[in-house]
Amino acid sequence: MSIEHLTIAVLLTFLVATAIGIIVLRDLLAAVILTGLYSLVAAGAFIVMDAVDVAFTEAAVGSGISTILFLGALSFTQHEQKPRGRDSWLALLFVVITGGLLIFGTLDMPRYGSATSPAQTHPELAKRFIEQSADEVGPPNVVTSVLASYRGYDTLGETVVVFTAGIAVMGLLGLKRRRPEDETPEHAPGDLPHEPGHDTDRLT
Amino acid sequence: MKIYARQRHRVLQVITRLMVPFVLMFGLYVQFHGDYGPGGGFQAGVIFASAFILYGLIFGLQRTRRVLPPSVLRWLMALGVLIYAGTGVLTMLLGGNLLDYDVLAHDPLHGQHWGIFAVELGVGVTVTAVMVSLFYGFASKR
Repeated sequence: MSIEHLTIAVLLTFLVATAIGIIVLRDLLAAVILTGLYSLVAAGAFIVMDAVDVAFTEAAVGSGISTILFLGALSFTQHEQKPRGRDSWLALLFVVITGGLLIFGTLDMPRYGSATSPAQTHPELAKRFIEQSADEVGPPNVVTSVLASYRGYDTLGETVVVFTAGIAVMGLLGLKRRRPEDETPEHAPGDLPHEPGHDTDRLT
Repeated sequence: MKIYARQRHRVLQVITRLMVPFVLMFGLYVQFHGDYGPGGGFQAGVIFASAFILYGLIFGLQRTRRVLPPSVLRWLMALGVLIYAGTGVLTMLLGGNLLDYDVLAHDPLHGQHWGIFAVELGVGVTVTAVMVSLFYGFASKR
């Protein structure tokens, strides 16, 4: 067992521990912070697996933006989860069956780092991208070549998905609503002193 | 969402003032250096948006709205997708397939370079606008 495997094993153990923590905690604020931690640990695991682009996205989106958005959603509700009644055994049974099926599904997947997995041996995939993308597309970062050029159509779809999410949020929450305290000008360090009749609050 | 503003949190305000330009700069670096290192439009958009979100958290929504009004965000959201799709339409008009950047310049490699640049820019613009408007949406309502 190499040091790399050991590192990944430790990181995955952290992930499981964090996930259990998120489930068990009643304090929603702490749970949100733990989801940020979860993403950060996952990003660390991706870096160990040499997937820096994925790790970058996970760190920026998972532990950055989505933590903020969770906190924003939390401000609509209370910080404490309501105490639940007794958990139903039937629900547990279904969760165990579903989880078992999902784990059963992973048994077909190639082993971690397998050199003989279909993605590695297929003549038109990894081998071709690594060997020919510099001549065909150019950028030294093969991920960019695949993302923006070879699979540019998919990325167009992803961009439209993000756009759709933005429209949905605008439709549901709206951007125009304002609170009265948002309207009053605020002073911050570096501002010029306020002169009557002259709007010095404007950022220059 | 609780927005810290006014005279409280002086230290946070000063530090934020210092940080925001660097965050924006790093976003631009990730955007335009994605061909050579890790990163690209999506990550850059998120980082760029996080600068505005940080500013909004510390200085309040009203100031952030003045820098980046919601009406502008709405246009930017659509603009990014239009840049991306427009690149695809342009390649078709120039005789290639959809998003086949080879035809954008005389040399296929240069064409690819321009195409990837435009496409990543489109992704970055849309992601920035959507992330900031998500923040506005959550923060302006409670």
